[in-house]
Amino acid sequence: MTAWLLRRLAASVAIIFAVVTFVFILIHLAPGDPCIVGTGEGVPDPAVCRSLIRQFALDQPVLVQYWRYLVELAHGNLGYSFALHRPVWDALVDTMPFTLQLAGAALLIDFGLGLALGIYQAWRLNRLPDVVLGNVTLFVYSLPTFWLGLILLLLFGEKLRLFPVGGASDPVLCPLVDSFYCLADRIWHMVLPAVTLGLVGAAGTARFQRAAMLEVAQQDFVRTARAKGLPERRVVLHHQLRNALLSVITRFGLTLPFLLTGAVLVETIFAWPGMGRLTVDAILRRDYAIVTAAALIASSLVVAGSLIADLLLGFADPRIRVHEDAVVDIVTA
Amino acid sequence: MTATPAAALLRVRDLKTYFVTEHGRGTARAVDEVSFDLYPGETLGIVGESGCGKTVTSLSILRLVPEPPGHILPGSLIEFEGRNLLALAPPELRSIRGNQIAMIFQEPMTSLNPVFTVGDQIAEAAIIHQRLSRRAARARAIEMLKLVGIPDPEQRVDDYPHQMSGGMRQRVMIAMALICHPKVLIADEPTTALDVTIQAQILELLDRLQHELGMAVLLITHDLGVVAGHTDRVVVMYAGRVVETASTTELFEHPTHPYTEGLLAAVPRVDTPRSRLHAIPGQVPAATAWPTGCRFHPRCPYAWEKCVAQEPPLLDAGGGEGEGGRHTARCWLVTEPERRQAKR
Repeated sequence: MTAWLLRRLAASVAIIFAVVTFVFILIHLAPGDPCIVGTGEGVPDPAVCRSLIRQFALDQPVLVQYWRYLVELAHGNLGYSFALHRPVWDALVDTMPFTLQLAGAALLIDFGLGLALGIYQAWRLNRLPDVVLGNVTLFVYSLPTFWLGLILLLLFGEKLRLFPVGGASDPVLCPLVDSFYCLADRIWHMVLPAVTLGLVGAAGTARFQRAAMLEVAQQDFVRTARAKGLPERRVVLHHQLRNALLSVITRFGLTLPFLLTGAVLVETIFAWPGMGRLTVDAILRRDYAIVTAAALIASSLVVAGSLIADLLLGFADPRIRVHEDAVVDIVTA
Repeated sequence: MTATPAAALLRVRDLKTYFVTEHGRGTARAVDEVSFDLYPGETLGIVGESGCGKTVTSLSILRLVPEPPGHILPGSLIEFEGRNLLALAPPELRSIRGNQIAMIFQEPMTSLNPVFTVGDQIAEAAIIHQRLSRRAARARAIEMLKLVGIPDPEQRVDDYPHQMSGGMRQRVMIAMALICHPKVLIADEPTTALDVTIQAQILELLDRLQHELGMAVLLITHDLGVVAGHTDRVVVMYAGRVVETASTTELFEHPTHPYTEGLLAAVPRVDTPRSRLHAIPGQVPAATAWPTGCRFHPRCPYAWEKCVAQEPPLLDAGGGEGEGGRHTARCWLVTEPERRQAKR
C-alpha cells in the first residue's frame, strides 16, 4: 500500500511539474505583455513600464525566466503579481477558500442529488417517475453552464429576488464569516452559483448511476441475493448499490477538474471572489505569476482528486484492495 | 423413504413459463405444461439439452424468472407443503426462499457478490430468516464452511469471493443455501462450470449433506453421468415439455422415448467399444416456434405421420410400478412398439 502510494505521489509531482511548465511557456508565448495589455487604467508610462519589465526580469529569455521561476518555486515562493501589486500567495489565500467552498457545495449537489435520483430511478424502473426524471435529467444535462447561470440569475435574482445577484457575502454586515448569521448569509449567496455549477453534473451523475444500477441488476449475484429470500430493498440498496458505486467513484475523480474549470465561468457570472475570477483577470492582464500559480493549484487539486478517487476505490472494492497493482491498471486504462 | 408412499413435498403441475420477445416476434414457450413431484429426501434429476427449459423450470419454482419479459401463466401450480407458491404475497414467498427452498447456481464465479466477504453472504440468510444476531450468524457461517469442507473456516470466513477457487466458491454457495436447513435444494447445473475432479467432489458433498440433513434435491443437469450416479428418479425434458419420467435404474435399463435413447447413446462408455459417438441430428428448435405434433419429430429416427399431426400425451410405458413410481413417456411408440423393431 505504501509503495503504491509513494509511486502515485511521485507520478503526481511529475504531472504537476509538466502542467506548470506547459502553462508557463504558453502564457509567455501569448502575444502582448503586461505593458501593452495595460492594467485597465489607460496606457502606462513607457518609462515606468520598462523599469518594471527590467525589475521582474521579463526582458530575459523565456528559459532563463522559467529556470528562475523553478528556483523560486522550490523555495515556496509563487512570485509577485505586478497587476495586483502584491505577492501571488496572498492573492491565492484570499480567493482559494471561496472557490473551494463553491466547488465543495457543487460537488455535494452533483453527487448528493445525482446519486439519489439515479438510485430512485433504478428502484422505480420504467415507471412514470423514472420516465419523467429520465427526460428531465437529459434536458438539464444538455444545458450549457453559462446559460443556466444567467437564467437562474435572471429568474431568482432579478425577477423573484429570492437570492442575491452576486458576491459571496453582505459586504457591510458580514465581511467575515464569524457568526451564525454570516454563515447563513454565505450559504444564501452560494445557492445560485453552486446550483449552476452542480446541477448539470447532477443530471449526468443521475443518468450514470441509473445505468450503473441497471448493469449490476443483470448480474448473477443479484439473483443469488433474491434466491436467499432477502427483501427487495436489501437486494437493491445493499447488493446492487455497493457494486454500482464502484463506477461512480471513478466518475467522482473525473468530475473535480470540470468543477474547477466550471468555476471560472460561474465565478465570473456571479461575481464570486474566487480563484476562477482571479485567473481570468490575470490572463487578460498577462499577469504571468498568477496564471502559473493558478495552474499549479488547479493541477494539484485535480491530481489530488484522482488520488482520492483511487484510494476510495481501493477501499470500496476488495478485489483492488488485495491486488494493489490493479489500481494502477484501472487508472491507466 | 422406503415403502410408505409419502406425500409430495413439492408438486409442480402444468407449469407454463413464457417469455414475450421484443417487437412482437412471438412468445417463447420455454416451459410448457411441465408437471413433476419431488418427495422428501429424494434426489430428482431434470435432464435435457441446453434450451429445453430445465433452468427456467428451476427458476420458476422460486419465482426468480425476471418479469418482464418472462411470466408464469395462470393455471400453473407450484405447491410446496400444500401452499401454492405462485399465489403467495411477496413477503410470504421471501420467507420460503433461502429458508425452506434454497438454490445453487451454475456459475460460482459470478453468483457471489464480489464486494462482500463470503462469511457475510453466508450469514445473511440466517440473519434474515432465523433472526440470528450478527455474531451468532457468523458462528453459523463458520460451522457451515466447515460442513462443506473448507479448510481453516475461521480464516476463510473473512475472505472475499475472488480469493477462492471455483470449487471453493461452489462450496460457499452450498453453505449459503443450506444455512437455514432447507427442505428442498434446487441445484441448477452445480458442476457444469467446474473441473471434472472438482465436479465429483461437489456431487459427493451434495450427496453427503443430503444424507445428513435429509433434504430433497432437485438436480438440474445435462450430464447423464451425473444423473446415473446421484439421482433416484429422472425427468427428461425436451422443448419445454416433460418427455419421459422414470426411476433412474428403469430409465437407464429401458429408455423409451427416442430422445432419451439418443441421449444415452451419446454418452461415451468404456465397456462397449464404439468407433464413433452417436449424436442426435439437428438441434433443439427455437422456443418461439416449436414443431407441430410431437416436438421431437424432426429429429426422431422413428417418426411417422401421426407424430407430425398429433402430440402424444405422457403414456404409461409400463415396467415401472416399483419404487420409483410410474414410467411414462410422451411417445406414440408406446402404443405401436412394433415400429421400433421395424427400424432396427
